This record gives sequence, structure tokens and C-alpha cells, in this order.
Amino acid sequence: MTREQIGQAIVDIITDIIPDEDCSSLDPDQALRDQLDLDSMDFLDIVMELRKKYGVEVPESDYPQLATLTSCIDYLEPKLADK
Amino acid sequence: MEPGARIVITGVGLASPNGDNLAEFRSNLLAGVSGVEPYSIRYFGDTVAGVCHFNTKKYQTRKELRVGTRAGSIAIYCSNEAVQDSGLPWAELDSSRTGVYLGITEHGNVETEGEIHEIRKYDDNIRYWSHYHNPRTVANNPAGEVTINLKITGPHYTVGAACAAGNLGIVQGCQQLRLGEVDLALAGGVSESIRTFGIFAGFNSQNALAVHEDPTRASRPFDKARNGIVVSEGGAVFTLERLEDAQARGAKIYGEIAGYAANSDAMDMVLPFQERQAECIRKAIQRAGMEPGDIHLVNTHATGTPAGDVQECAAIRSVFGDSPQTYVNNTKSFIGHAMGAAGALELAGNLPSFDDLIVHHTINVDDLDPECALPNLVHEAPVQAEKLDTILNNSFGMLGINSVLIVKRVQS
Repeated sequence: MTREQIGQAIVDIITDIIPDEDCSSLDPDQALRDQLDLDSMDFLDIVMELRKKYGVEVPESDYPQLATLTSCIDYLEPKLADK
Repeated sequence: MEPGARIVITGVGLASPNGDNLAEFRSNLLAGVSGVEPYSIRYFGDTVAGVCHFNTKKYQTRKELRVGTRAGSIAIYCSNEAVQDSGLPWAELDSSRTGVYLGITEHGNVETEGEIHEIRKYDDNIRYWSHYHNPRTVANNPAGEVTINLKITGPHYTVGAACAAGNLGIVQGCQQLRLGEVDLALAGGVSESIRTFGIFAGFNSQNALAVHEDPTRASRPFDKARNGIVVSEGGAVFTLERLEDAQARGAKIYGEIAGYAANSDAMDMVLPFQERQAECIRKAIQRAGMEPGDIHLVNTHATGTPAGDVQECAAIRSVFGDSPQTYVNNTKSFIGHAMGAAGALELAGNLPSFDDLIVHHTINVDDLDPECALPNLVHEAPVQAEKLDTILNNSFGMLGINSVLIVKRVQS
């Protein structure tokens, strides 16, 4: 997957998790939780959906790397290179 | 503590298979309109059920619906509707003085079955098991979801009492008001049971699941051809207040909790027992300071099983044999068996009788079973009563739990 595709995949996942919010114009370098009403259970949903949809396992120690859209893409790019 | 406090119903919110509010529900009961429809569920396949069609988005966001349970959603809808109906100045209330008490038959089967079904797609790998499993399956879930939705900071819990639970949710609210624990109770019962295949399969294995080519005719208590239960979902929540509080704010009063009783058969896991049912009915009447002849309407629990209906009719006959002016009816014939919601929902459907003096009939009685032929069983058409001041509501459940609730008109 390209960086753009990965970014879109993340946005799609978040849109499903918090369907009442507008996720179309996120600042990629600002923390997701500062821009959206995402609680800790929602965050676990993101991790679960990455596991279900892309077979990516995100260990708890790596959670901080999913803070912003850009850091998500940086973190997932090598893991999704072959997807 | 005010053990003698008079407790009244001031608001009604409900979700029934044949109505999303009391006016619609009542209208369909008087018009003979069933809420039972074709239904299909995984593993079990095609059957019939009472399915609710209320607008789930009326009081919940899409995220709340995604995260919560169906029982929670029904409870939230009913609670909001009850609060609105009550006319209570919600924003001005001390939310710590409101309690939520909901009867449930069971809770957690739907969510657990769903999770097992989900991880099957992933070779039963528990890494795919939802982190929502526990908050969705804890027994207080439906009541807890109401407190989150309505920002109620008083107590909340459910009362697990099989199919006697709807009445007992109301009893719990009444007791907590009398104890002085709260000033307002949201009390009633809810059920999401049609979302678990297990309840259908279980009744089917017990030869107690209704089968009929026409879904609207499947639930047929007292009819000779009855062959079991129609499983339904639904809920009814009432706002309960002390009489003086309700009168002080000029509230509409639907009725007063006049008496109640609960007891146990101490006999069998599933079979009902008319002697203990009769004891429970007598105890409730006695506590209400009444005689059997003071009861103008008995709303039966009868579910349409061959044995159960006969047992209840025997109990009613033994208590009301000398009071032929007592009408008897059945609401499950319209909506099926809403399990933990049944007692509360069936009471709600009959409360308007205090206003219109009409007793809704029991549908689908084509060939009355002689063993169920109670005097004044209303089964061909609604009956206009001369006097209707009291309703006695029966709800019985598995493991031999019996509950009886009496509601009376408050004279204005």
C-alpha cells in the first residue's frame, strides 16, 4: 500500500468507529484525539480493525506511534508494504 | 424512610412489536393488530418473533448504537420517552436522586453469541474477541446505558427474574422510593432476547416454541391449538414518584402501585405451579387491602404453552371464582412473550383502561380450551366495563419465580 492508501485506510477505520464525526479534513500532524472525540475503547477499535482488515498486530508498547495520522502512516508503511 | 408512601406512575415509555408509544400500542390492542412477524436468525433459521421498529436514532448517536447493546438501546428509548411523557422538568432535577431499575430475563447471551460468531471468522483466535464484551454483558448493562445517556448519577441496576422481571423492576423502583433512596425511579423491564438464537433453540428443544403458518396467529393463549411461545423483544419504562410530589407539580397520574407480591414455587426448573401462583395473587391483593372482588381486570401471564395456561387459569379460578365481575385478558396474544419486558409492557397496554374503561381482548382464541374458559375472559372483542379502577398484572418465570402487581386508579 502507498502512504496515501494507508492514510485513507486509517481515516476509513476511524469513520466507522465514530460515525457521527466528520473525519474528512483531519490535520495529519495533530494528535487524532485532539481533533476527534476518540476514547480509549475507540482507540482499541482502531487496533482491532487493523488486525482484522490488514493482519497488522500493534503491540501496546507501540500505541504512542498511532497518535497522529502521519505517525500512523510512518508506523504502518513497512508493515503494509506488501499488502 | 417512608414505608407507607404512595407511589404513582407519571410517565410511560415503551417499545412494543406493535407500537412505539403508548397511544399506538393501545390503539393496536383495541384494533386487534398483532406485532408478530416472520423472523430468521443464524443457526436456527426461519421462525416468528415480535420485533420492535422504534427509531433507534431518536435518542442515540450512531456511535452509541455501535458500542451499546440492543437491550441498552431499548432501555434508552423507553426511558427518554417516559421522561418526556412525565412532563418532569428534567434539566432542573437533581440527577443523583434518580434511580434506574430494570427487570431482565437474561442479559449477555446476544453479545456472547455474537462474539463467538465473529471469532469463528478468524479460526477461533481470541485476539479478535471484542474489548466491549465485558461492558456489554455485565448484568447492569441496560440500566447503566440509560444513566450514561440521560446523565443520571443516582443508582442503577437490573433485576434478574426471568419472565417475572418486568413487574419486579417496577416493585424495585417503588421500594427504593419508599426507602428514600431516590425521589424519582425509572422502572420497568426490557428484553433483547430475539437477538440470541439460543432462546429459540432452547424453547424448540423443550417443545415450547410456537409454530404457525401465519405469524400473527402464532401466539394464541387459551386456544385449544396453542403450541408454544412466540419470543419477542421490547421494553416499558415508567417514571415513578411519590404521590405528593406528583400532585405538587400537577403531573398526569396513570395509576398508583396498590400492592405487589413475589414468591417461589420451590419445585421445578421450568414447570409453573398454580398453587404458588394463587398464593402470590392472594398475597398481593391482601397487601393492597383489597378482596378479590375489588380487582376489575386480571392481565394474565399466559404464554400459549399447553401446560402453563392451564396452570394459571386454575390459579385465577381459585382466587377469583367468587368474583365473576373480574375481567381477564391477555396481551401476549398480540405481541408474543417479551420476556423481561413482558410484565411492564403488558401493564402499560392496560393502563389506559382507567381512562376509557375498555378491556382489550385476547386475540387468536378460535377454539377456547375448556380448561381456560374463565368467566369474563375477554377474547372475542374489547369489552366496555362499567367500572375499572384496579388492574392485577401476573408475571411468572422459570425457576418458579412468581410476581403479581396491582395498580389502581388515583381518584382526582
